[in-house]
Amino acid sequence: MAEPRWPGTAELEVVRPGPLTTVQDLGRRGVAHLGVPRAGALDEPALRAVNRLVGNPDGAAALETTLGGVALRALARCVVAVGGAPAPVTVDGRPGAWGAAVTLRPGAVVEVGPATHGVRSYLAVAGGFAVPAVLGSRSADLLSGLGPAPLAAGDRLPVGPAGDAPRADLVPLPAPPGELVLRLRLGPHDDWFAAVPGLARSIYRVAAASNRVALRTEGPPLARARGGELPSAGMVLGAVQVPPDGQPVVFLADHPTTGGYPVVGVVPHADLAAAGQARPGTVVRFLPVRD
Amino acid sequence: MADGPIVRRVGEDALLVELDSAERVAALYTLLTARRAELPAITEIVPAARTVLLDGVADRRALARLLAGWAVPEHPPAEGPLVEIPTRYDGADLAEVAARWGVSAEAAVRIHSAPEYRVAFCGFAPGFGYLTGLPAGYEVPRRATPRSSVPAGSVALAGPYTGVYPRSSPGGWQLLGRTAAALWDLGREPAALLAPGVRVRFTPVARHG
Repeated sequence: MAEPRWPGTAELEVVRPGPLTTVQDLGRRGVAHLGVPRAGALDEPALRAVNRLVGNPDGAAALETTLGGVALRALARCVVAVGGAPAPVTVDGRPGAWGAAVTLRPGAVVEVGPATHGVRSYLAVAGGFAVPAVLGSRSADLLSGLGPAPLAAGDRLPVGPAGDAPRADLVPLPAPPGELVLRLRLGPHDDWFAAVPGLARSIYRVAAASNRVALRTEGPPLARARGGELPSAGMVLGAVQVPPDGQPVVFLADHPTTGGYPVVGVVPHADLAAAGQARPGTVVRFLPVRD
Repeated sequence: MADGPIVRRVGEDALLVELDSAERVAALYTLLTARRAELPAITEIVPAARTVLLDGVADRRALARLLAGWAVPEHPPAEGPLVEIPTRYDGADLAEVAARWGVSAEAAVRIHSAPEYRVAFCGFAPGFGYLTGLPAGYEVPRRATPRSSVPAGSVALAGPYTGVYPRSSPGGWQLLGRTAAALWDLGREPAALLAPGVRVRFTPVARHG
């Protein structure tokens, strides 16, 4: 039996960590000037939804899985809910509810299976996962290594005291994207590229190298209208950087705070949850908008 | 020059302020942090090489109008916190850098430890500061092949910048030496020893303490 990695009351034990499962909340703010990425759940509406199902504040820390789910044993009675990417949920091998609160008896094992659509499922527990906060957040930041490491078998996850907030019975379940349409607010460097007006007609696909740092795309290279290099500049969530190979890279939560490639435009926050759920191979279209 | 800086809109709620020199970036960053309480709420103020990014701005239109009217001084104020970095100049690339500068290793150490530096911005890793202050003409390229592991505390050069690796990581900068100073400490406020605006001196030492 592994030693607990965190102090406090261990209440959920990792039986199967899945390919990549991390603790995520709404991320870090106010520290980008120190080189600290924001981190946080890639599918924020899903994080908020599972928290509401168990009566947590929207930004409580939950688990974010990646394609393959996770299995946890309850060491004390607790209430959990699974949402985000649809996946089979079982409790001690029997079918459990997805998108609804589930009460676990001590010793019960809740298993989130492989996602049937999308990439990232979220599992919230009433009281939230009480791993220590680092710079104001419990999120794992996989670019810089801040926050808790990805889950490993045998980890014991502390759970905070459950509040008495009313629980939502039902949360809307967005359909996973068959095609990812990302609006793009042009600038600040759209004038570095030749073919921006035609961008809406180009078809890109989600590249396999995508991760929590960025959604990488493959498609017709976006040609430069000018040469030269850009000195390092601050980067925002959703920025679409275009490196010399011309393949757009959409910055997600663990993005670096500065970057040296031109930014053709920025994807609005509302479109980023779908980007976080798009599997490799999914068709991507960028839809330039001006405000 | 009464012209204000160029202010570009970025995404939904950010502004990118463009300036013509690192010195004016430092000057604007100092002004913004000093006047932050009087400005519309801003979540992040991120200086970089020739820009300051203002992200998560509550009233972007009002802030852009304000900034366009600011006269940004040519230079940042001379005062500000000063950090001393005791450095043992025994880096793997010291001889190569000295050769590039056409001087002895001893003279290269004197050249590097003479100026007062300033943290222009952070990036690459939490607490990794890009320091300006090395006189023009001493720029060096990155190594053609980055090292897979650079030890924590390595004092290094690339382009016009000096940096200190806060922890062991891959890296392509030229290694001049090493310090035992704690560059990143989550128990400290701020966690970064070399936060933007901090003035820095490198002091040659024979041995780490």
